Amino acid sequence: MQTILRPFAIKSSGDLARLGVMLALAGLILFGALRYDNFLSSFNILSFLRYNSMFALIALGMAFVIITGGIDLSVGGTAAMASVVAALFSPYHWAAGLLGGMVAGLAVGALNGFIITKMRIQPFIATLATMLAAYGTGLLLADNQSVSVSYDTGFTVIGQDDFLGFPIPAWIALAAYVLGWLVLEKLPVGRHILAIGDGEATAGLMGLKVERTLAAVYLASGTLAGLAGVILASQFGAGQPTEGVGWELFAIASVVVGGTLLTGGSGSVGATLAGALLLAMVFNILNFENGLGWISLSAYWQSVIRGAFLLVVVVLQAKLMARR
Amino acid sequence: MLLSMQGISKAFAGVAALKAASLEVEPAEVMALVGQNGAGKSTLIKILTGVYRRDEGTIAFDGRDVDFTMPAEAQAAGIATIYQEINLAPQRSVAENIYLSREPKRFGLIDHAAMRRGAEAVLKTFNLTIDVDRPVAHFDAATRQMVAIARAVTQNARLVIMDEPTSSLDEREVAVLFETIRTLKRSGVAVIFIGHRLDELYEICDRVTIMRDGQTVAKSPMADMPKMALVRHMLGKELAAFQAMAPGEEKPERPVRLDVANAGAGVRVRDVSLTVREGEISGLAGLLGSGRTETARLIFGADNLERGTMRLAGSERTYREPADAIADGIGLVSEDRKIDGIVPDMSIRENMTLALLPRLKKAGIVDRARQDEIVTRYIRALGVKCASPDQPIKELSGGNQQKVLLARWLATDPRVLIVDEPTRGIDIGAKSEILKLLRSLADEGLSVLMISSEFEELLAAADRVTVLSDGTSVKTLPRKDLSEAALLAAMAHQVE
Amino acid sequence: MTTIETPAPQPAGALSSGSRLFTLASRYGTFVAFLALIAVNIAITPNFLSWQTLNVNLTQVATIVIVATGMTLVIATGGIDLSVGSLMAIAGALAPMIFMGQFWPVENMAVAVTLALIIPVVVASLFGLFNGLLVTRFSIQPIIATLVLFIAGRGIAQVMTNGNLQVFKNEGFQFIAMGRIAGVPAQVVLMVLIAALAFAMIRYTVIGRQIIAVGGNEKAARLTGIPVKRVKLFVYMVSGALAGIAGLVVVARNSASDANLVGLGMELDAIAAVAVGGTLLTGGRANIVGTVLGAFVIQLVRYTLLANGVPDAAALIVKAGLIVLAVFIQQRADRH
Repeated sequence: MQTILRPFAIKSSGDLARLGVMLALAGLILFGALRYDNFLSSFNILSFLRYNSMFALIALGMAFVIITGGIDLSVGGTAAMASVVAALFSPYHWAAGLLGGMVAGLAVGALNGFIITKMRIQPFIATLATMLAAYGTGLLLADNQSVSVSYDTGFTVIGQDDFLGFPIPAWIALAAYVLGWLVLEKLPVGRHILAIGDGEATAGLMGLKVERTLAAVYLASGTLAGLAGVILASQFGAGQPTEGVGWELFAIASVVVGGTLLTGGSGSVGATLAGALLLAMVFNILNFENGLGWISLSAYWQSVIRGAFLLVVVVLQAKLMARR
Repeated sequence: MLLSMQGISKAFAGVAALKAASLEVEPAEVMALVGQNGAGKSTLIKILTGVYRRDEGTIAFDGRDVDFTMPAEAQAAGIATIYQEINLAPQRSVAENIYLSREPKRFGLIDHAAMRRGAEAVLKTFNLTIDVDRPVAHFDAATRQMVAIARAVTQNARLVIMDEPTSSLDEREVAVLFETIRTLKRSGVAVIFIGHRLDELYEICDRVTIMRDGQTVAKSPMADMPKMALVRHMLGKELAAFQAMAPGEEKPERPVRLDVANAGAGVRVRDVSLTVREGEISGLAGLLGSGRTETARLIFGADNLERGTMRLAGSERTYREPADAIADGIGLVSEDRKIDGIVPDMSIRENMTLALLPRLKKAGIVDRARQDEIVTRYIRALGVKCASPDQPIKELSGGNQQKVLLARWLATDPRVLIVDEPTRGIDIGAKSEILKLLRSLADEGLSVLMISSEFEELLAAADRVTVLSDGTSVKTLPRKDLSEAALLAAMAHQVE
Repeated sequence: MTTIETPAPQPAGALSSGSRLFTLASRYGTFVAFLALIAVNIAITPNFLSWQTLNVNLTQVATIVIVATGMTLVIATGGIDLSVGSLMAIAGALAPMIFMGQFWPVENMAVAVTLALIIPVVVASLFGLFNGLLVTRFSIQPIIATLVLFIAGRGIAQVMTNGNLQVFKNEGFQFIAMGRIAGVPAQVVLMVLIAALAFAMIRYTVIGRQIIAVGGNEKAARLTGIPVKRVKLFVYMVSGALAGIAGLVVVARNSASDANLVGLGMELDAIAAVAVGGTLLTGGRANIVGTVLGAFVIQLVRYTLLANGVPDAAALIVKAGLIVLAVFIQQRADRH
């Protein structure tokens, strides 16, 4: 009994924040289900999952980066570039598109890792620069316009089709999250990532390989952004070099709302998913609310509401930290 | 013998930090390593643990010559270091911290159950039963220290180095820590205990190694080393050298300007009372870690007073920010120039007038003519050696930086000036200049509170000296009673 | 406390040649790059030495310089302001609404235009104050504190305008962009004025010296009685106000306000200008002249590439390289 309960035991303020986001998500779903007729319709659920899987993938990578105490602003640009690369490779084979996009993301991640660990430039500046570079490369490759994907090789299946009744992007995101959970919770390297975020110098003194681990985390974030780019290209039938603006901020907001401390050293994969879903659901609910016709909140409210969410969470975090 | 370091020398940029120092530790003994700031204790330890490389000398650990090039090698060989700022990942659980980088695995995954069991078992040997799944940040300093020690034990450490382990512990926690050290001893582990609180050293240590000026000046079983002798070795004073000095003349008593009564905050400052009169230099003495700097910060409003009262010229004051104290005419030349004093990239001119800026303002603009006049005056008056007032302060020598910082406060025309180790890291010539300057300022009516570890300084300049021990003011010596022996006795916390 | 004996500082003359190279590069690199860019352009770009070229480059760089000036002050205190682009959008959305009578009927156009020039800037500086409060009161890292308005700010502007393009023609208002003062475009005059004021503030005023001291050594600054929190509030307010002004210039220049686009990506350009201009991102320095030069270098790189048929996208990559290189050189030079 005790061991079953153990995962749910609240041991820290971070746990409390994570419990909070889960409850908020549940509350929002309940609210939607009671208020709107088609909220729990399979159409709404499936399109919700299909569209938001990309953001969930990026948020996962961001969570790992933020846990180390860093930040990755390049994910939006990386996704845009990867979508172009994937589209360009898609005529050869669907797998070529998939791999091409992922390798493009991996390359940006490797560059981030190099600039941060070898040139010792703050993650914030390093990834800001690679964000520009990624957008630039994507635009160059795409010749400043969207690049249509091939419909003959089955590349579009990745983003548009279902498997066992669920959208394939949702399966991909689910797999990534399970893998991420496994790494963070069950593999030693996950504990090392957390410890590095708690204090790099201390982690080094405790015998951890700080540089290598950090580089790996940025590599993973880049690769996940690449994967999101692949889904983007596949879902919308085109590589989109100008898409992805502000994705990094959506991801950061998801991670923070998910109770991960921006100062690093704490965080959870599950709560990050909940955070991403929560923010996405705000938009979904806005759509439904407008559909009811009582109010007419434009889509623009979503960024205001997201910003407000971020504000509340960040201020709460700061208060919790101060009390410590 | 477990550890033998012989003839260890080390120089930094030509300046000798260690001169043929030595240290020997037997298995299952607790060795006290003591010395003043800059005596070379931490350099010696850092050479042992592979943080620095030695220039000369030999190190034998467990009968073999060793030469560690990085901390991980020393750890692997069985030498664990528990730093003052305990090196644990605060948000990770107790169990994870104990096993970090050596997690027990099953099929490649962390075996959480085994980790938990192991952690509980090793902590149990120290009579500690805690929830090992909680983050270490949730536990008090003593428990965290125990976790760090448990980590060392599971790494099969044979020698555990503890750097001022009791500095942030209260009495009860110290007792728990000492019990742990005794447990370590029983299992054959040796401990190097770096500390300053004499009572603690005598309680827990078997032998003592005393360092001064980069050399090992005394080694002895703890029981054979009286407190007075220990302090004398640390400070390097031969009583004879000072007996020639006549007791100072007593000046007529002048009105009290600063009166601190039963001040306290946290565990570092427990109960401090002191007074500074008009036109006098009041000394504040005490061994390292006795709470001198912390007391100064309380008076200056850099930290907030939790207990006790403070009066300035008779009226009670509370300062929430240094700005409040400055407005009342108090200045503080802090101990650590680099961290609390200079703004390295700014010029001498700017550094000197930082505290004065609000008064140099004409419609928000710095009155450059007055600024220049003040800066030129103080550069000349204090003899600051610099190329020009526009030179960045980081390019100056320590003595000249200190003069600029003194000028920073003198320019504000203070009523009370607190100087914390005013001659630290300054050459002899500059030292006496600064002391003379303080003397003449006091003669003009300034009240100076001078914190110092150097007896010559206190004896030469102070009109009275308050001695702190363990955050408590244990004795105030008026000028006529001021002597080397009296100071030593008070620091060793013995009543004559 | 057992202190670590740190190695004595090296005498100034004993720098190794490698570190001296970094020091030189950090001090003069931006200026040399600026001159080199001009020389290259004279050699290869047709009609580079013409009034029109100068005009184009100056007007394009004006808003970057205005925003980057505020950013320099924030960075000098050791902070950062990501919200500038969004605040530009808010100011840019407000102004036309005021003089087009969307809040209250316009009776006197001169009054309306005056209000349209003042209110948006005040509002932007209040948002800046909000940033500053998050940083000082709640001790939230600046990058995160300003992220809130980065996200929500543009949303606020979009909500206000319902995402619609506001097209207008108003000579009085548009003077700040289109007008000429003694033949010089008004926005260029504004840019020079703002940069000069900031330069003078840093150099000659009390608050200027306090800004540098806070960024250079916050602990020491507090111990000299400097009101650290107030100084920080001030720089975030100034940054907000300058972003507001830049927002007005942009919409005046375009005869239209599009909340989706005004100031988009400006935070990056501003930070890049500051970094390339030689202000250390860790604080303690505010090189306004450098920031202006940095903005010009970035603008000239873009112009050079465009004028010679290289796509705009490549300029992004070059800009990325410039930022990394500039920060790398600054950090290496600072270590000695």
